[in-house]
Amino acid sequence: MDPARHIAKHVVNLPKSGIRDFFEIVAGMKDVISLGIGEPDFDTPWHIREAGIYALEKGKTHYTSNLGLIELRRAISRYVEKNFSISYQPEDEILVTVGVSEALDIACRALINPGDKAMFHQPCYVSYSPSITLTHGVAVPVPTFAKDNFALTDEALRAAWQPGCKLLMLNLPCNPTGGTCDRAQIEAIAKFAVEKDLVVLSDEIYSELTFEGVHTSIASLPGMKERVIFLHGFSKAFAMTGWRIGYACGPAALIEAMMKVHQYSMLCASIISQEAAIEALVRGEDGMKAMRDQYHRRRDFIVRRFNEIGLKCHLPRGSFYAFPSVETTGLNEEDFAIGLLQAEKVAMVPGTAFGENGAGFCRACFATSYEQLIEASNRVEWYVQSLAKKG
Amino acid sequence: MKPIIKLLLEGGGLTTAQMAQVLKLSEADVNRELDRLKQQRVLLGFRPVLNLALEDAELVRAVIEVRITPERGGGFNRLAERISRFDEVESCYLMSGGYDLLVFVRGSSLQKVAAFVSEKLATIEGVLSTATHFMLRSYKEHGFMLDVPKQENERLKVTP
Repeated sequence: MDPARHIAKHVVNLPKSGIRDFFEIVAGMKDVISLGIGEPDFDTPWHIREAGIYALEKGKTHYTSNLGLIELRRAISRYVEKNFSISYQPEDEILVTVGVSEALDIACRALINPGDKAMFHQPCYVSYSPSITLTHGVAVPVPTFAKDNFALTDEALRAAWQPGCKLLMLNLPCNPTGGTCDRAQIEAIAKFAVEKDLVVLSDEIYSELTFEGVHTSIASLPGMKERVIFLHGFSKAFAMTGWRIGYACGPAALIEAMMKVHQYSMLCASIISQEAAIEALVRGEDGMKAMRDQYHRRRDFIVRRFNEIGLKCHLPRGSFYAFPSVETTGLNEEDFAIGLLQAEKVAMVPGTAFGENGAGFCRACFATSYEQLIEASNRVEWYVQSLAKKG
Repeated sequence: MKPIIKLLLEGGGLTTAQMAQVLKLSEADVNRELDRLKQQRVLLGFRPVLNLALEDAELVRAVIEVRITPERGGGFNRLAERISRFDEVESCYLMSGGYDLLVFVRGSSLQKVAAFVSEKLATIEGVLSTATHFMLRSYKEHGFMLDVPKQENERLKVTP
């Protein structure tokens, strides 16, 4: 018997993540400088880790409310109000999830009927399209372009829209491009969402890591709160990726629907992570800003280096990713990434791992030490020069 | 804060060539900047952070709380500077609270540190009292944990 024949068709047809393929190649090599990592290089600040240890000592080892600890939801409510100017009730408008990934998944499962269409900008985080497919929805990618600094434009949205679109997924600042939208652009997206009656899933996981200008949440615009599900978490800003903790805020009816899916699948997020998350929100701001300042300076360095080397790179206004174009080398993104890895042992992720609109680009994460960034940029330079000689 | 100072604080021992790359200066410019900081006495010097317990270094360290009489015109400064000049003194701070100066001293033996306190420090005119605390063990020095090895970065090499 072939066990594989039992796998559901929509799972069989789901493409394997391009990241996974690349990981397999890198994992087999030694002494690689990796700019391919999608998480902070900092460990979680000690006071947050210590709060997790203290929770264990106190015997906090039980289930919590499906929605999450009320103390955490209150802290989230205060944090979101203070930093995003959106007011959510801790009792019924906030749901604590196992990272934003789970929030995204259960939002799709709560909202998408088979055949419903969901728009998302691309290049984008690897799980958007599969989240839609797994709920039998139809993925409608909207391209973003280097010429716009990878902001999502009204023009691209309107060109991609089709009858039957129900959802719009946003990730600003964006992984992998670092693209963001200014307030005027966000207002245009909001207007479009109202006009087409779309629910907006706004994944703002990188919002604290905005280096230029002020981050504007689409949920904070007048009249938008009722159609936006605001997704956020602790992984990036507070360097808490392994804790798997995030949250969704939105209209009570939608949060209730997501909670139904959450309670039957996840029950609740880890109580230890929830306790640590309270500490992060209440006392983590200074540590978070210190990390952001370091990312900021590293970004300025690596982007400048890419441009010096001849890999045209826009300035990412947020996140910890640079997304240089490799077009001038004459190679496509995949050949460039593999050639670079083999010749100089530097790992950058081919842009097409983040969707076909990433063609011609590679993602370089600058959440790594100066020494590594300096060495990596020198090696990229040697590689690009060697290509030019061969040219 | 000047960019070069930020880099010194967070760069973790970059060479001047590496600093030059990050700051987009020539190496000569970086050296000039560092010299200027030294002249302005902002940058006083570099010292290694060592775990001397592993080196059998015969080092005894103590912290001394010192009460002194302030003087018209100079307050505590003249006496504090006089005390600071001894080679045995590693650091010296003016404190609020129950005493005036907190003095970190070191010597090659307990007797030598004790002799410094009783013969040199306590006998200075204006020193009212001293309370000496010997250090038994160090857990953290200048941001470095002494007995906890720095963990290898366990991040996966490629993640989304």
